[in-house]
Amino acid sequence: MKRLWTAMREWLNFLNGDAAYESFIAHQRQHHPERPLPSRAAFYRMETDRRWNGVRRCC
Amino acid sequence: MTDVNHEANSKAPARASLPWPVWVVIALVGAGAVGGIALRRGESINSLWFIVAALCVYSLAFRFYSAFVATRVLMLDGSRATPAERLNDGRDFMPTNRWIVFGHHFAAIAGPGPLIGPTLAAQFGYLPGTLWILIGGVLGGCVQDFVILFSSLRRDGRSLGQMARDELGPLGGFAALAAVMTIMVILIAVLALIVVNAMKHSPWGTFTVSMTIPIALFMGIYLRTLRPGKVLEASVIGVVLLLAAVAGGGVVDHMPALRPWFDFDAKALALMIIAYGFSAAVLPVWLLLAPRDYLSTFMKIGTIGALAVALIVLRPDIHMPALTPFIDGSGPIFAGKLFPFVFITIACGAISGFHALISSGTTPKLLSNEADARMIGYGGMMMESFVAVMAMIAACVLDPGVYFAINSPAGVVGADAATAVATISGWGFPVTVDEMQHLATQMGEATLFARTGGAPSLAVGMANIFARLSGDGLLALWYHFAIMFEALFILTTLDAGTRVARFMLQDLLGNFYAPLGRVSWTPGVLFSSGLVVLAWGYFLYQGVIDPLGGINSLWPLFGIANQMLAAIALCVATTIIVKSGRARYAWVTAAPLAWLVIVTTSAAWAKLFDPAPRIGILAQVADLKAKLAAGALPPEMIKQAPQLLFNAHLNAALTALFLLLTWVLVLDTLRVCSRHLRGLSTPPFSEVPYARTQLSA
Repeated sequence: MKRLWTAMREWLNFLNGDAAYESFIAHQRQHHPERPLPSRAAFYRMETDRRWNGVRRCC
Repeated sequence: MTDVNHEANSKAPARASLPWPVWVVIALVGAGAVGGIALRRGESINSLWFIVAALCVYSLAFRFYSAFVATRVLMLDGSRATPAERLNDGRDFMPTNRWIVFGHHFAAIAGPGPLIGPTLAAQFGYLPGTLWILIGGVLGGCVQDFVILFSSLRRDGRSLGQMARDELGPLGGFAALAAVMTIMVILIAVLALIVVNAMKHSPWGTFTVSMTIPIALFMGIYLRTLRPGKVLEASVIGVVLLLAAVAGGGVVDHMPALRPWFDFDAKALALMIIAYGFSAAVLPVWLLLAPRDYLSTFMKIGTIGALAVALIVLRPDIHMPALTPFIDGSGPIFAGKLFPFVFITIACGAISGFHALISSGTTPKLLSNEADARMIGYGGMMMESFVAVMAMIAACVLDPGVYFAINSPAGVVGADAATAVATISGWGFPVTVDEMQHLATQMGEATLFARTGGAPSLAVGMANIFARLSGDGLLALWYHFAIMFEALFILTTLDAGTRVARFMLQDLLGNFYAPLGRVSWTPGVLFSSGLVVLAWGYFLYQGVIDPLGGINSLWPLFGIANQMLAAIALCVATTIIVKSGRARYAWVTAAPLAWLVIVTTSAAWAKLFDPAPRIGILAQVADLKAKLAAGALPPEMIKQAPQLLFNAHLNAALTALFLLLTWVLVLDTLRVCSRHLRGLSTPPFSEVPYARTQLSA
């Protein structure tokens, strides 16, 4: 039951984008260690601008 | 193009398939359930039949047909690196767990469409709509979403418009762009009209829906400054506030001092929504759009899940007959015969061209394994189709008399309650004024007559279902919860759609005057947002003043446009299959394409030239002119007449434009395919070459 709950939480976190910052930092560390890392707030700002630049929702 | 089959090296985990006797049983149960729905002619039928039929059809289609499409037609290859892997930037392109991609994809494709369409189509009875949702879904919509997702996956996640341009030529690209823009405008107008009809003279509904704006603003500020990027937290707070707003609406409704502040007629509400749409399009996304979208995604998945559980637990009886007399085209909700109008009315839920934009936009940039395209493309649409089946059930559990009283415009059944119930009872669907008044009181509304657009009747249906779990005392709360839930994601679509249309328009205008194309130049942003809002606002206002309620003319227009976009997507898909050297399987997309072309052409033709004024626009113009000349119109109609005439001409021109664009694209597809088959030159096949995946699954 507890494992199911953890899995649910994780799924929700990925789905709504809470985990996006961690994934991005991990990616940057691994592939572009020389680039500066944005703060969580700055990353969220970049993300909202990028995400809403196209068709995101349907009828 | 090398046709090496990498299937043997596929890293997709092999899932154990059920033994064949189980599939025989599923097939027999499914056939029995579909047969039961089709042949039953009793007083009522249990909704369990629908659920069983749908689940059997979906599992068979997914197990066999989608497997055939995946292995024989598209030759999905799990060993092939996806764009997410090759172009990984940690944000836009990123290999993501398939269940998360599934969640993203479903949340993006499922909107108000599959809820509204089936509700309106229930005027033909439950049978035609249900069959079309099931058959159109598994053979049409699911295939379209799947093939487009696959095509975009093999083309670095390119959009439908870009693929149309690459594979067909500039004409195809232009037709796709023009279609998307016009659909967007009509779609937003018709959705806004639905919200207006649900809120008019309903202080409770208006209060609840208007509270979603400050709640979203609060969440936006919370996410930006208080706790940056903590979406789950903010959404939970938002949902709690929303529920409080639903309950608060009831309090406002009972306070004579506050009530008038939220009691508006349709015209005032339309103007407010237009003003809101403009502000939403020019305000920064983090403030209103993004938080509203988080909220509506939560509510959408939660409510749809709850509805599914409630339907399975309660198994309510269906009271609508299998077929009503309105299959002859005389229906009060929208005019037009069963063929082709049921296929136009139910667009989303069976096949929706709009999905092709999602399948070729965000989703392909997230998939880590090409083999998952089947589950996400085909499976995601199956889920949406199931939502449409549930909406059909929710509409049909209502007494048919009540259903028609809520959904019929005053212009058809009569403006006062007594005339309306007399007309509806005369059709063989008995209903009384007392019954309607009692229902309205239960739901916390002044009246439920002529609440066109589908949202109120769906809300009554949902409230009835949920209240069986909670007791009748909460009916009004459930009703306004359902209204809030529908309005929430309708307004999200409205915001997001206005914004997308604005970007497209800026892109287009930038060709004429470069500064207009810059997304950061304020006058350009204001100007192009204004143009977009003006365009849909015009259609919205036209719908509000239309004596027949507006839905009558706008929903078919939206359906035709959406099915036309699906035709464009299927043209692109067919061309890609032919060019990939598997022309013998081209029927997989060409057959639904042919059906859609037949349907949209007949519907557009009927809208233009049908001799009945309620169906044919030109006949409507002639009828109005004749009445005007004979002086047979009431004074307020005479004042409105010039505008009504202009609107009719505008609708006719749009319909003709849709028809023209569809045929141009179909002929272009035929040209490119036949040239390819004869070995003549065509635009080059734009698939990205094979690269082996480095990901361990």
